[in-house]
Amino acid sequence: MTTSLIIPPALILICAGLTLPLIALVRLRWLALLASPLAALWIVLTLPDGIHLNGSFLGQTLVFLKIDALSRVFASVFAIMAFAGGLFALNQKSTLELSAAFVYAGSAIGVAMAGDLITMFIYWEVMAIGSTLVILSSGRRGQGAGLRYAAIHMLGGVLLMAGVAGEIAATGSVAFTAMDLSTIPRMLIFAGFLVNVGAPPLSAWLADAYPEASWSGMVFLSAFTTKTAVYVLMRGFPGTEILIPIGLFMVFYGIIFAILENDMRRILAYSIVNQVGFMVTGIGIGTEMALNGAAAHAFTHIIYKALLLMSAGSVLYMTGKRKCTDLGGLFRTMPLTCAFGIVGALAISSFPATSGFISKSMISDAAGAEHLAFVWFALAAASAGVFLHAGIKFPWFVFFQKDSGLRPPEPPWNMLASMALMAFFCIGLGLYPKPLYDMLPYPVDYVPYTGAHVVYQLQLLLFSGLAFFLMLGLLKRTMTITLDVDWLWRRPGHALASFLDRFGVYTWEWLADTVVKGATGVRNALYQHHGPEGLFGRTWPTGTMAFWTTVTLGAVVILSYL
Amino acid sequence: MTDQGTSGAQPKQSKPAAETASDHWLVRPETIRRLWIVFIAILAATVLGDFFVEHHPHFGVDGTFGFGAWYGFASCVVLVLGAKALGLLLKRPDTYYDN
Repeated sequence: MTTSLIIPPALILICAGLTLPLIALVRLRWLALLASPLAALWIVLTLPDGIHLNGSFLGQTLVFLKIDALSRVFASVFAIMAFAGGLFALNQKSTLELSAAFVYAGSAIGVAMAGDLITMFIYWEVMAIGSTLVILSSGRRGQGAGLRYAAIHMLGGVLLMAGVAGEIAATGSVAFTAMDLSTIPRMLIFAGFLVNVGAPPLSAWLADAYPEASWSGMVFLSAFTTKTAVYVLMRGFPGTEILIPIGLFMVFYGIIFAILENDMRRILAYSIVNQVGFMVTGIGIGTEMALNGAAAHAFTHIIYKALLLMSAGSVLYMTGKRKCTDLGGLFRTMPLTCAFGIVGALAISSFPATSGFISKSMISDAAGAEHLAFVWFALAAASAGVFLHAGIKFPWFVFFQKDSGLRPPEPPWNMLASMALMAFFCIGLGLYPKPLYDMLPYPVDYVPYTGAHVVYQLQLLLFSGLAFFLMLGLLKRTMTITLDVDWLWRRPGHALASFLDRFGVYTWEWLADTVVKGATGVRNALYQHHGPEGLFGRTWPTGTMAFWTTVTLGAVVILSYL
Repeated sequence: MTDQGTSGAQPKQSKPAAETASDHWLVRPETIRRLWIVFIAILAATVLGDFFVEHHPHFGVDGTFGFGAWYGFASCVVLVLGAKALGLLLKRPDTYYDN
């Protein structure tokens, strides 16, 4: 049922990931890591809009490969990310991690180009497996976090599958189009999407699991799961108003937990939730400008967040340390890593001349245009908070702060090269946003660089910087973690599970014991009666039979005369 | 941009900064003083910038003089204090989950 012979870009990356362990030659492996994302990117960018591959399955027509502007924005940034991540991770010794990361990246592209609910769901679940393996491959610390991550995403998968099945049963169609929350299956689909986007109440999975991945693993993880969820929410539920409060909650949750955090990559993990919150709010607003803003922000966010995590990953790779309390003063010997980290930090803060400026402000301005005063003021406060918790806090505590005494050299060339590439995109798109604006799903008539906008943004950010340095005493890092919702399943949940485990074992033992005792009793009784010494097991003398025959006969004779 | 001591220095782990005078030029007190001067000058310039641009406020209050400056500053103070308050309740030693 193939309509054309186009290779799905998703499969290119998945196949590259699966063959990676079979390639013994290091240079050939590098080629696979670098060439496959470029091939996928080329196909994504050159494929014209429309359906390119479909087939039937269980009486339904599945659309394996469909592309439009929205798909192209996400699929292309996923491919760019796979390339930059692959380049950054060339020194990663764990083949499992790289294989899993490429399967994960490929299936993310698969979700972005899936034309129906079933295809989307299949890629969605492959993503869950791939990302879990990326976390698990980091060693002992990743084991618990990986299993918790898998459990949450299986829950999300179950919700989504129930919803998809219900939707198909109710409508008879597998089409993945814009929906409302009018039926239970659609609510389940919505809930499944929200789990992956990092929405409350389960947002804690992200900051729990991602920072336990390796120095390169988290670079991959930061890009795909939450942003495919943003994509499916844009495709399936644009303008769903409940997304506005959900998004605003995520925005402030991310800032507040990041302010309290000591682990440099957990700060960045919380800031993923924060940034995705901006996108979710934009999807909730639902106007063309807001949706364009959410898509553009997803694109720029993937790039600057990867850059920040590459910078943090390089520090972790070179020093083995991850806590702000152990780090500081690294600008002396890692000036390039520091500079790239600062570019990422400026971009996430939406500084003029960086990519964040040309994307995030579209969402705020959409809120303003709709006269959503509360949303607009909340997003403005949050923009200030982003500079505080990620824009200054990350570079300050890692590269400046105090002299930790650490003097690590710069990371290997490939890690620097991937950071340079991402920094180029951050500044390039900031100065010349047209290529990105041209890709967006709706026509863009937005001018980010007006005098008023630049002055306002500089005031907002620089005075946040002033607040940061004046409150440094309050922001002093301590050797602490902050309890999050994951406490529920790591403490009471764990206690309940061990209780049920003990209770189950006890019940099972009691049951087994009773059965064994009962069976032994039956056996003993049988032995007693039918064994060699038992009543029914004995050989009886013929005289006994003759005696009983006589007794019976006598009884019959007596009875017949009565 | 105060330096050593303001932000969680740990004497046990870090090799102490005995070399303050000979240390990197960027962390010398003189440089830091100059950076503060430059920073304050830039802050003033951004606020004065309001005289030269025409804002198009959506709601009114966002058109007040130096809105970005005072709103950004106040937001950060509120966020930090809010986070500190929440921290009192939710902070635990980072070995909390280790057993």
